[in-house]
Amino acid sequence: MSYLPCYNVIYHNADMNQETSLDLSDNEIEIVLHDLVEVHGYDFVNYSRASLKRRINRLVANDKFLSFAEFRYRLRSDDVYFKHFVEEITVNVTEMFRDTQFYRTLREEILPVLATSPLIRIWHAGCSTGEEVYSMAILLQEARLLQKSLLYATDINPAVLEKVRAGVFPMNQMKQYSENYILSGGKNDFSSYYTAQYNAAKFDEQLGKKIILANHNLVSDSSFNEFQLILCRNVMIYFDKELQERALKLFDDSLEPLGFLALGSKETLKFSSISHKYRQVANKEKIWRKIR
Amino acid sequence: MAGPFDIVVIGGSAGSLSMVLQILPYLKMDIPIAVVVVFHRKSSEDTTLIELLSHRTEFEVKEVDEKDLIRPNVVYVAPADYHVLIEKDHTLSLDVSEKVNFCRPSIDVTFESAADVYGKSLMCILLSGANADGVQGLKAARDKGGFVVVQDPASAEVSYMPQQATEQLPVDLLLHDDNIDVLIDCLRLPKR
Ligand SMILES: C[S@@+](CC[C@H](N)C(=O)[O-])C[C@H]1O[C@@H](n2cnc3c(N)ncnc32)[C@H](O)[C@@H]1O
Repeated sequence: MSYLPCYNVIYHNADMNQETSLDLSDNEIEIVLHDLVEVHGYDFVNYSRASLKRRINRLVANDKFLSFAEFRYRLRSDDVYFKHFVEEITVNVTEMFRDTQFYRTLREEILPVLATSPLIRIWHAGCSTGEEVYSMAILLQEARLLQKSLLYATDINPAVLEKVRAGVFPMNQMKQYSENYILSGGKNDFSSYYTAQYNAAKFDEQLGKKIILANHNLVSDSSFNEFQLILCRNVMIYFDKELQERALKLFDDSLEPLGFLALGSKETLKFSSISHKYRQVANKEKIWRKIR
Repeated sequence: MAGPFDIVVIGGSAGSLSMVLQILPYLKMDIPIAVVVVFHRKSSEDTTLIELLSHRTEFEVKEVDEKDLIRPNVVYVAPADYHVLIEKDHTLSLDVSEKVNFCRPSIDVTFESAADVYGKSLMCILLSGANADGVQGLKAARDKGGFVVVQDPASAEVSYMPQQATEQLPVDLLLHDDNIDVLIDCLRLPKR
């Protein structure tokens, strides 16, 4: 039976030039994910599947694999290729002072509370290349709190941690970041925080001194310290409900009483099992305080 | 042959809002479909858009929250700065990955993932715009048996985007101001 009889194909002048690239089926994606657990101990099974599938298929196309079998073999047997896979599959997009109101709230409402403790421990879980961590270091410096702070920056992608260590970001982003910085309440000349080297901006080493880097997987690793503030922004959007729940429990275990948990602009604590222990701070920003 | 439909995904860029505002009043509660709208927009223009759209339709209009379950009679609007993807369990997910065609949200990303999940029960509508985003997504939708609607470049405020589509693939319905009722008739096809 045909639907849409009379409206169908009203306009036809295209020549269809189809490029054929290998597209993995859902079943093949499943096999790959199980291989990763079995061979490399990395578990992506509970990641949002649509984005994962898109990225794996993009990788398979870019690396010009001709068959699923060839891709599978390479991924299982070649550790260097596996490392490349993790780098490509994780979404490492980040910005300095992204969501300017969020940073303004940190600056105006959260840091003054943290200022009273003798040592401030902050955890950036899923820190990517470190733009968020350096933004925080700048806030702490301006509040004269950096000296007594430790910023733990963790990620599952070892390649991004190297970038955090270097503290070098693309020069062509600086105009945007400088605008973000000002909108978030920054009063200084943003360019005073870095030196320009060709197309790279090298951030002040003082800012990097308090950053501690570690490979940490929210899927499988456990709590490693207690913090007054944990930021995990735009990481849990890639997790299914079960994995989100695990990560949130981990953060709950790692937060001091009256500590703060900050999530990405589209993430929430609302439907989780820990929500009753938290109160949202400033109503529109995604920051919660542990109240019991 | 495409249809009957469970979901309509609308992609629009420069000059597309007026067409969306014209389509919305036709969405009545007896049409059991879900609508996802992907506009290229800047973060700053945010808050008023949802309100503006809500006034035009009986459907509930909301910005996508991650893991929203896709329900009929709801219009889901992509948030600024996130791609929207559709999961096999008919929930929506958000993604901050690299811009596609210089855009986030990208229309291609949503069209492609909708095609993968909905196949023949997907209708994609590509409207006015100055960018080629959406065209690859329409091809994907078509390959999976979906129904492809493109705004008539001649009547679009900015013709480039729909023009790219009509040049690169066969289109099932060319949409202009006075055949929206045809589009709505398609959506009323009985479910099998
Ligand atoms: C989109 S970035 C977010 C960067 C930054 N927090 C921001 O909001 O701008 C997501 C980061 O989470 C990391 N990630 C993904 N899965 C992870 C896991 N299981 N454990 C730790 N980090 C993870 C990725 O490698 C990536 O660097």
